[in-house]
Amino acid sequence: MEQQSTTPVLELVDLVAGYRSRHGLLGRRNEVRAVAGVSLSVSAGETVCLVGESGCGKSTVARAVVSLLRPFSGEVRFDGRNVTGLKGRELKNLRRQVQLVFQDPYASLNPKMTVRELISEAWRIHPGIVEPDGWDAEVARLLERVGLNPGHAERYPHQFSGGQRQRISIARALAVRPRLIVCDEAVSALDVSIQAQVLTLLRELQRDLGVAYLFITHDLGVVRHFADRVAVMHLGSIVESGDTEQIYEHAEHPYTRALLSAAPSVEDWRDDAENGEIVLTGDVPSPLNPPPGCRFHTRCWKAQDRCRTEEPELLERGTGHPVACHFPATDPVAAM
Amino acid sequence: MSALLEVTDLVVAFGDVRAVRGVSFSLSEGETLAIVGESGSGKSLSSLAVLGLLPAQARVESGEIRWAGEDVSAMSERELRALRGEQLSMIFQDPLSALNPSLTVGYQIAEMFRRRRGLRRDEARRRAVEAMTEVGIPDAARRVGAYPHEFSGGMRQRVMIAMALALEPRLLIADEPTTALDVTVQAQILRLLRHRQREGLAMVIISHDLGVVARTARSVVVMYAGQAVESGTVADVYIAPAHPYTLGLLDASPSARDSNREIRPIDGYPPDITALPTGCAFHPRCPFARERCRTEEPDLREFAPGRSSACHYAEEVLARGAAVDHAGA
Amino acid sequence: MKSKAAKAATGVLALFVLVAVFGPMLAPYDSVATGVSDRLLPPGSTLSDGSFALLGTDQLGRDVFAQVIAGSRISLLVAVTVVVVGGLIGLVLGLLAGYYGGWLDTVISRVGDMQLAFPSILLAILLAGALGPSLTNVIIALAVTRWVIFARVVRGSALSTRNREFVDSARVMGAGSVRIMARYIYPSCVQPLLVAATVQVGLTMVAEAALSFLGLGVPIDQASWGSTIAAGRDYLASAWWIAAVPGIALTLVVICVGVLGDSARDGSDNTKVAVVR
Repeated sequence: MEQQSTTPVLELVDLVAGYRSRHGLLGRRNEVRAVAGVSLSVSAGETVCLVGESGCGKSTVARAVVSLLRPFSGEVRFDGRNVTGLKGRELKNLRRQVQLVFQDPYASLNPKMTVRELISEAWRIHPGIVEPDGWDAEVARLLERVGLNPGHAERYPHQFSGGQRQRISIARALAVRPRLIVCDEAVSALDVSIQAQVLTLLRELQRDLGVAYLFITHDLGVVRHFADRVAVMHLGSIVESGDTEQIYEHAEHPYTRALLSAAPSVEDWRDDAENGEIVLTGDVPSPLNPPPGCRFHTRCWKAQDRCRTEEPELLERGTGHPVACHFPATDPVAAM
Repeated sequence: MSALLEVTDLVVAFGDVRAVRGVSFSLSEGETLAIVGESGSGKSLSSLAVLGLLPAQARVESGEIRWAGEDVSAMSERELRALRGEQLSMIFQDPLSALNPSLTVGYQIAEMFRRRRGLRRDEARRRAVEAMTEVGIPDAARRVGAYPHEFSGGMRQRVMIAMALALEPRLLIADEPTTALDVTVQAQILRLLRHRQREGLAMVIISHDLGVVARTARSVVVMYAGQAVESGTVADVYIAPAHPYTLGLLDASPSARDSNREIRPIDGYPPDITALPTGCAFHPRCPFARERCRTEEPDLREFAPGRSSACHYAEEVLARGAAVDHAGA
Repeated sequence: MKSKAAKAATGVLALFVLVAVFGPMLAPYDSVATGVSDRLLPPGSTLSDGSFALLGTDQLGRDVFAQVIAGSRISLLVAVTVVVVGGLIGLVLGLLAGYYGGWLDTVISRVGDMQLAFPSILLAILLAGALGPSLTNVIIALAVTRWVIFARVVRGSALSTRNREFVDSARVMGAGSVRIMARYIYPSCVQPLLVAATVQVGLTMVAEAALSFLGLGVPIDQASWGSTIAAGRDYLASAWWIAAVPGIALTLVVICVGVLGDSARDGSDNTKVAVVR
C-alpha cells in the first residue's frame, strides 16, 4: 500500500487530557493532566510506537484517540478533521475508522458472547459493511485471517488461551475495516513466544490491508522490532521522537538513554554487568503533582538550574530529530 | 564441592496432574541460577516446593531436595521454619500482597529481628532502619513508620528484599522479582540484587524474561511443560542453544540492542498439562521434530561438560543454532 | 446438577403450583356456603352431608382443605406477580442508575434509601389501606415496597460491569447506550436478580399473609392463606387446625423457595469456576 496523500490519518495537536478528581466531599475540583500537551501524527500504513513507563499518560492518549475520553483541550484530527467532541452519527462513523485492541484479552471480550457474536456485533452496529446472510462466511474468513480455526466461531472466549483471545480481539477490530488500530499494551500480557506470533500477525495485516498502528507499550525491545517511528513519553509529554533507528542509535534525551540502558535484552550476558549502565535514582514523580520546569529534572544527572524552572520544548536542536531537553546529549554520558 | 541446594527429580502434582515432571538442578554457595520458562511451565512451583510453600492442592510426589547435603523432607516443622528465613528466603512478583497492609513496614521488618533474634523493641527498630537503608530506601528513619500502600512498587520490592535479607540468609529465591515494575525501576532492583550477589549471596531467579536472566544469572535452566529442557551457563546456552524450545525462545525475544535480527515466533501454543502430547512435549511446535519425537520422550542428557538438553537431536540443534547469531556473540 | 435439598424443594413447589392450578376443580371452595352444624370439626371428621373433611372445618363449617387449596392460588399469584412487577421496575431503574450514574443515580438511589428507611410492611399497610382491599391493590402495594431491593442488586452489578474493558470495547465499536445496557450489562445482572427474586417470593408471601391477616389484603370472599390464618386466630385454643394448616403450607413454600435461592447462588458461583477453567 502506497501512501496516497500527505495528510496523516491521525494527528494529535497539543492534546491535554486526564481526569478530574475532587478533594473531600465538597473540595475543589482538580484537573489531573495525565497528558499535558502531546502532538503526534500517524500516516496511513505506518506504525508509530508511543513508549513510556506506567503513569506517563500513554493509555490516556489511547483513550482520547478512540474518543473514550474527552480531552481538556487540544485536537484529535482524523484525516485532517478535528474529531474531539463528536456525537451521535458522526461519532459512530468515526468508530468505523479507528479501533482499539486492549492489553488484557481476558477482560476485553464479553464472556457471554460467542466468537461469532463478538465479531458480527460490528456489522449489527454498522449496517452495510456486511449483509447478514454473509456474516458466517465473513466471520470464518476473519478467523482464518488471524490464524484461528474458523470452525471455532461458536465457542466462548474462556475456551481460548490468552494468545488466541488476542487474535479474536484483532479479528473483532478488523471487522469494521478500520484505517487505524490503537494497540494499548496489546502484547504485553502474552508469553514471549506468543507475543512474537501476534506481532508477526499485526505486521502481516499491515502489509495486506494498509492499516496504520498507534502502538502503545512499555517494552523497548518490541518497539525496536515493530515501529517505523517512536515517540518517548515521560510524565504526560513527549520528550523525544523520531525514526526508530535514530532513537535507538542516537538517543538525545537523558530519559530515553536511561530507558534504553535499563531495558534488559538477551545480549546482556556479554556486558560486564554495569559497564556504562545508566541507573536512575528515585521514583517517577506523581502526575498529580509534577515537578516544575523539565519534568525529568528530579531524576536527571545532567539537570541544571535552568531545567528546574524552564520547561524545554520538543524541538529539533541540531539533533536530527525533535528532543525536549535543554542539554541534549552531544557529549557522552558520564556514568553515574 | 558439595552443593548448597540440590534438587533431584522433583515431581509436583495437583491431584493426578503433574505440573512439575522430574526437575533437577543444583546450586553452589554464592552462585546464581536462573529458572526460565513461560507461564505454566512449572518454574514457580519448583521453587515453592523447595521452601515447602506449595499451594494447598499441590504436593511433592517424588524427588529429593537437599539443603547443604541434608534431606529437607526429613526435617521437622521446627527445623524447616529455622531453615526458611534464616538460611533461605524468598521474594515475589507482587510485594503488596506479601506485606501486611495494616502494619507499618518498619514493624514488619523489626518483628523478624524480635522473633528470630530476640532483640528488644528499640534495638529491632534500629536494625529495621539499617536494613531499609541498605537496600537503598531513602530517608529510612522516617519511612520506617509508613504503611505498605504509602510506598511505590519499586520501594515495596526493596522493602521485601530488606525483609528477605534481614537475617542474612545464604540463598535468596526471587520469583519474577521485577515483572510488575517499570523498566527504570527494574534496573535499580536488578542492580541491588547484583550487589548482594557480589557479597556472596546465592540466588535462584525465576523469570520469563531472557533479558533479566542475562543480566543477573551465570547459569540457567530452561523449563517447558513441567520439565527442564536445557541447562548450562547463560553464555553457552544463549550463544548456542541445544534445545529447539530455547532456540525458539531466543528467536522470539525482542531486543532493544539489536536491530538486525528479525523476531520469529514459535508456532502453536504451549500444551495443556492435563493433556500432554505423547513423546517429547515440545514436538507439535518443533521444527526439528521427527517420528521418534512423537513416540519417545527424551531424557535430559549431558551432551557436553556442564551442558544438558532434553532433545534427541541436541547436536543438530546446536549446529543449526550456532550458524545464526542469536545473542550477538 | 443440584443438591438433594434443591431437588426436593423443586418437587414440593411444583406440587403446590399444580394444586393451585388444578386443586379448586377437585375441591371447590365457596365462601358463602356455610354449615352451622359442621362448625369447628377436627381433621378427619365426616360432615352432615356425608362428605369427608380431611383437615377439618372452620368456625362457619367450611372445609379447611378446600380453603387452603383456594388460598394457595391467591398467595402464589400475588407473590409471583409482585416479584415480576417489582423485579422489572427494579431492573430498569437499577440499570439506568448503575449505567448512567450522576444525578439520575442520585435521584433513584435516594428515593430507594428513603423508602428502605421506612418499614416496608408499614408502607404496604398504608398503601393497601388507602387503595382499599382488592387483589390488584395488594399487588401494587407490595410491588412498591419490593422494587428497591431489586434496583439495588441490579445497580450494583451494572456499576461493576460498566467499567469493564469489554464495555469500553463495545463503545469503541460504536455501540449505543441502549445496546450496551441490553447486551453487555444486563446479562451480568440476571444471576443476582434471580437470586434476589427467590428470596423475595418467600418474603412477599409472608407480607401478603400479613396484609390479609390485618384485613387489608384480598377481599373476604376470596380465600388466601393469610386471611385463613387470621380467621383461625380466635380459635387457636379450640380449633388449632384452622390456622395451623395454612401456616404450615406457607412455611413450607417459603422454605423451599429459600432453598432454591441458595442453590441458584451456589450455581452462579459454580459457573464462574467453570468459566475460569
